[in-house]
Amino acid sequence: MTSIGTGYDLSNSVFSPDGRNFQVEYASKAVEADGTAIGIRCADGVVFAVEKIVSSKLLVPGANKKIQTIDRHVGVAYSGLTPDGRHLVDRGRSESYSWRGTYKVPISVPTLADRLSGYVQAYTCYSSVRPFGVSVIVGGVDDSGPHLYTIEPSGAFWGYMGAATGKGRQAAKSELEKLDLPNISARDAVKAAAKIIYVAHDDSKDKDFELEISWVSTSETGGLHQFVPKELLEEAERLAKADDDDEDDDDEMDED
Amino acid sequence: MDHMPENWGRPRNDVYGEYQSAIHNAGQGPQSRTQTPSITGTSVIAMKFDNGVMLAADNLGSYGSLARFTDQERLIKVGNETVVGISGDASDQQYIELLLERLLIEDNYPQDGHHLRAPHIYEYLSRVMYNRRSKIDPLWNAILVAGKNDDGSPFLGYVDLLGVTYSSPSIATGYGAYLAIPLMRKIVSEEADAKNVSEEQARKVIDECMKVLFYRDARSLDKYTVATVTLDGEVKMDKNVRCQNMNWRFAEGIRGYGTQKQ
Repeated sequence: MTSIGTGYDLSNSVFSPDGRNFQVEYASKAVEADGTAIGIRCADGVVFAVEKIVSSKLLVPGANKKIQTIDRHVGVAYSGLTPDGRHLVDRGRSESYSWRGTYKVPISVPTLADRLSGYVQAYTCYSSVRPFGVSVIVGGVDDSGPHLYTIEPSGAFWGYMGAATGKGRQAAKSELEKLDLPNISARDAVKAAAKIIYVAHDDSKDKDFELEISWVSTSETGGLHQFVPKELLEEAERLAKADDDDEDDDDEMDED
Repeated sequence: MDHMPENWGRPRNDVYGEYQSAIHNAGQGPQSRTQTPSITGTSVIAMKFDNGVMLAADNLGSYGSLARFTDQERLIKVGNETVVGISGDASDQQYIELLLERLLIEDNYPQDGHHLRAPHIYEYLSRVMYNRRSKIDPLWNAILVAGKNDDGSPFLGYVDLLGVTYSSPSIATGYGAYLAIPLMRKIVSEEADAKNVSEEQARKVIDECMKVLFYRDARSLDKYTVATVTLDGEVKMDKNVRCQNMNWRFAEGIRGYGTQKQ
C-alpha cells in the first residue's frame, strides 16, 4: 500500500486519486484479523459456522456468541469487531420488527440483506462516522426458499451458495467449492461446516477456539433459526477433529 | 422580504388586520377511538383437569347479529405450551396476535433454552389491556390464557378490556360466564377438584357447554376448536369439532319470532 501516508486515509468517505476509499479497506483488515465465519446454502436451508477465538481461559464457555438470530427465520454469523456486529444485528431486528408491524408478514431474506447493506453503506459516506468492521453472513429461509448473503464493510452485498469471511476464508472457500452446493442436505452441511472450520483454523496462531454452528432448514428446524442440537454439534466436531488429525498425520508422513 | 409563504399576496396587516393563521395550526380533527367492536367472537371457555387445561371457542366472526365469518380461529398457540383464547373484536385480536408474535421473537433472541410460560404471557397481556383502558382506547376483548406454571402445575387466567384479571380452575368469557361456568363448576369448582377430573371427563363437559352455548347464544356456531394443554408440554388443537346429538324439535313450538302468523 504505497498510498498510505499520503493523507487520503485520514477521513472517511474520501477517495484517493486512484479511486480507493481507505477507511473501508482498513475496516476489511479488521475483518481479516478475526476468526473464520462461514455460511452454506443447502437443499432446504442455510447452515452457519463460526470459529470463535477464545482470547482468555477466564471467559465463560459459550459467552459472546458470534452467531445471532434476527428474526425467527433469519440468522447471521460475522467476523470482525463483535460490537459492530451486535449493532448491525440490533438494526436487523428493528428492520424485521417494523416490517412485521407494517405488512403483517415476516420480512424476506433478500429484503433484509438489502436494507442492512444500505445501512452499512451509509457508514462509508460521512466523515463523522467510521465504516462497520464486520463482514456479516446473513441467511435464512422464506417463501421463496433458502437465501445466503454476505454484507461487506463497503455495503456491497453478494448472494452465495457458500460464503466465508475472516482469517481462514481462503482455505474455507476452497473447501466450500468441493461441496455439492446447493444440493447438500442440512445435516451433511453441518458436518461439512465443522470440518471446514477445523481446516481453516490455524493452530500456530490461535490455540483455543469455540465452534458455533446454527441452522435454518425447512426439514430440520421447521424454518426456524436455531443452534444445532448438542449431540449433532458434538458428532460434527468429533468427525472434524478426526479428519483434521488424519491430515496432520499425512503431512508428517509426506515430510518423511 | 417576508419569508413566510402564507403571508405572500395577503392584504396588509396594518390595513386589514392580522392574518388568521389558526387554520394552519389546526390538528387533524378530533382523535377517534374504538367505541364499539365490529366483527366479534363470542365466548371462550376453559377448565383445568388432572393433567392440564382444556379450552374451547367457536369459529364464528359475527358482524352485529349477522354470522359473517364461519372460519375464525380464536384459540392461538403461543410458544410450545401456552394457548391464548380471545373473544371480542376480531381486529383487536389480530393486533394482539401481532404483539404476541413479537414477544416470542424477542424471547427467542438469546437462544438460551428459556421460554416464556403462560403466567408471563398472562402478565404481559394484562398490562397491555390495562394500559389501553387507561388511555380510554381499550382493546375490545376478553382473553383467557392457559398453560403451565414454572412449577409444572396448570395455569388458567382471565383478563378483559377493562384490565380486570382473575384466576379460577374454570373460567369463561362473555355469555359463557352465565351458561358454561355453572356447568363446569359442577365438576371443577375448587382448585383441588381438578385433580379428580380426567381429560375425557373434561372433554365431555366442554363439549356439553359448547352445545348449551349454541342452543342459547344467538351469536354462536356449532363448529368449534378444542385446545388441550397437557402437563407433559403438549398442546393439542382439535379443530372443526361439531356439536353432537342436538335436538331442535322444541323450535317448532316457539312463537313470537320470525314469519309465523300464529
